[in-house]
Amino acid sequence: MVTVVLPTVGTFTAWRKAARELAQANVPPQSVLWSRGEDTVDLFADTPLVTGSARQISVPKGFLELAQRAIWHADPERFARLYGVLWALQSNPVLMRDRTHPMIARLYMMAKEVNRDQHKMKAFVRFREIDTTTTDTAASPRRRFAAWFEPSHFTLEPGAQFFANRFGDMDWAIFTPDLSAHFTQGRLRFEPGAARPELPADATEDLWRTYFRSIFNPARVKVRAMQSEMPKKYWKNLPEADLIPDMLAKAQERANAMVASAPSLPPVRAQKLRDRVRATYPLRPGSKIQDRTQDDLFE
Amino acid sequence: MAVKNLEQKLAILSDAAKYDASCASSGGQKRNSRDGTGIGSVTGSGICHAYTPDGRCISLLKILMTNFCIYDCAYCVNRVSSNVERARFTPEEVVSLTLEFYRRNYIEGLFLSSGIIRSPDDTMGDMVRIAQMLRHDHGFRGYIHLKTIPDADPTLVEQAGRFADRLSINVELPTDAGVTAYAPEKSPQQIRRSMADVRNLRDAGKDKSHTGRRAPRFAPAGQSTQMIVGADGANDAVILQSSTRLYSNFKLRRVYYSAFSPIPDSSVALPLIRPPLMREHRLYQADWLMRFYGFDAHEITQSARGGNLDLEIDPKLAWALQNRHIFPVDVNRASREILLRVPGFGTRSVQRILATRKHHALRYGDLQKIGANLKNARPFIVTLDWSPRGLTDDADLRARFAPAPQQLSLF
Repeated sequence: MVTVVLPTVGTFTAWRKAARELAQANVPPQSVLWSRGEDTVDLFADTPLVTGSARQISVPKGFLELAQRAIWHADPERFARLYGVLWALQSNPVLMRDRTHPMIARLYMMAKEVNRDQHKMKAFVRFREIDTTTTDTAASPRRRFAAWFEPSHFTLEPGAQFFANRFGDMDWAIFTPDLSAHFTQGRLRFEPGAARPELPADATEDLWRTYFRSIFNPARVKVRAMQSEMPKKYWKNLPEADLIPDMLAKAQERANAMVASAPSLPPVRAQKLRDRVRATYPLRPGSKIQDRTQDDLFE
Repeated sequence: MAVKNLEQKLAILSDAAKYDASCASSGGQKRNSRDGTGIGSVTGSGICHAYTPDGRCISLLKILMTNFCIYDCAYCVNRVSSNVERARFTPEEVVSLTLEFYRRNYIEGLFLSSGIIRSPDDTMGDMVRIAQMLRHDHGFRGYIHLKTIPDADPTLVEQAGRFADRLSINVELPTDAGVTAYAPEKSPQQIRRSMADVRNLRDAGKDKSHTGRRAPRFAPAGQSTQMIVGADGANDAVILQSSTRLYSNFKLRRVYYSAFSPIPDSSVALPLIRPPLMREHRLYQADWLMRFYGFDAHEITQSARGGNLDLEIDPKLAWALQNRHIFPVDVNRASREILLRVPGFGTRSVQRILATRKHHALRYGDLQKIGANLKNARPFIVTLDWSPRGLTDDADLRARFAPAPQQLSLF
């Protein structure tokens, strides 16, 4: 039995290296115990698996791409599943093209869940500005932001690059229970996970909540559409989510009020403006607009 | 009048902007700020950062520069004769809101529209200035969508396209008669001329000069438009014909359909009856069939009663029920074009079917794994181990899909 402990950062690269060496040494999947934990520099430093000429290991196109997604899944069997497929591919390389095969279908499913989770992280991370008190902008011109996020899979490592590409001119940190990512002076590094940090209040968050409330159209309520894309498990870390119950409660009433209220009189200034506009754009035949003045309405 | 603070303005000017359905942030030119000299990135696919309880995504900060307007379009909450509260952002306020929201990862960028103040050129000029400030003064590389004003000077539109990822002009109503009736200051010809201008500028942006230099990029995410459904009498057949013309004449990326919804302080000229939201949904489905499934508008609406799509079942299923002579199709032999016509098969399922059947003949269970919707597909397909037998021609087939009839409310 071979035990392989993969590091918490650089997990995929380490898995790939280990898997190649194991396959070269002809170690079957049932003889490997995989886990993820403390960083190990060289996996097989003490017991080199391969002696002499190594067997050439090749995998079909597509496997590595898929493995690179599926490996971030929370499934405790993920490393073993990947190695199992790698092993099977050695004798049956066309297996990769059969999406309906249970082993392959499983990897696709895992990759899909990881992709979704990573996409939701890109969408739902909410930064707050920290250290706004430091007025010494000459020393540190970069503004600093931090966020707390709880992904369902190990998606921070593959996802952090997106934030580095996007928020290039600011320093930021994303904390998750498993891992934290820090982007400082243009350099990205990872640190161990953390408990939820206390982030200072951010006034822009109130503006965002105002926007969320105002952009909602109470005349068209589709709660299921909202929840399928923004599942409740994310709500606790979204500053706007606690507004939803109240928005829903008042929606029907607001929509009814719009229908019930009788058309009102145009404001006085409208007439003046309209006269000016009509000089440039006279009403065309077929128009249903009535240029009524306030006086007309009382006739 | 009391001076409004930023929060009050934001409340008014986002409330006024919500009747524009588009919030897409996809298709822009890929770029990032990894070099630290600016802020923002566009990855090509859009991201929805939040969803409101109306089921719509928030991808962009969608606001009006101002909701003061000199026009009097009956369907619009901001028309001159409406009594809604008015406000106006300064260009600096729009720029700051966009950047601060962006830095906190609330949005992908800005969708800026506006009421017409003073003149179309003045309004368009201010909008261009905002986009320019974002791009040049702040190194903003996120997504910008600008609504162009139909009567604005073409040189302003050209400038707008240099800064923006997407431009749009709303056709507003599906027919020219509708526009004439309800939007007295807007001219359908002028709207089309503006769309043609944008199309030509985009085409020119793709050409290389004789020295091999590319023209500056122009609105890389293309142009889109929106029409309001249910405000005038146009039926779905008319609407879809109109979309077909828009897609082919102006190479639009998207046509958005917006079910006319009651607005605060609505005009006397309009019906207060709202069309069912399902109608809008069916139109989007039909639109998808035209763009990705090889259907044309006439096929979709040929069997529609009164020219309107069936609200109870989706348009692809409706078409299949009307054309049962081509079904059932053999999943293991049918061409891509035919597979795309099977209800329950999406473009991705079809692609996977074609890839898988190179290796082995497909069984019913394989289709489940592929992700096809078999509840819909079942009566229309044959696999190694499945045949619908008489089901395809069953007279009650429609009833299997449509929701059970409900007794009408007495009140």
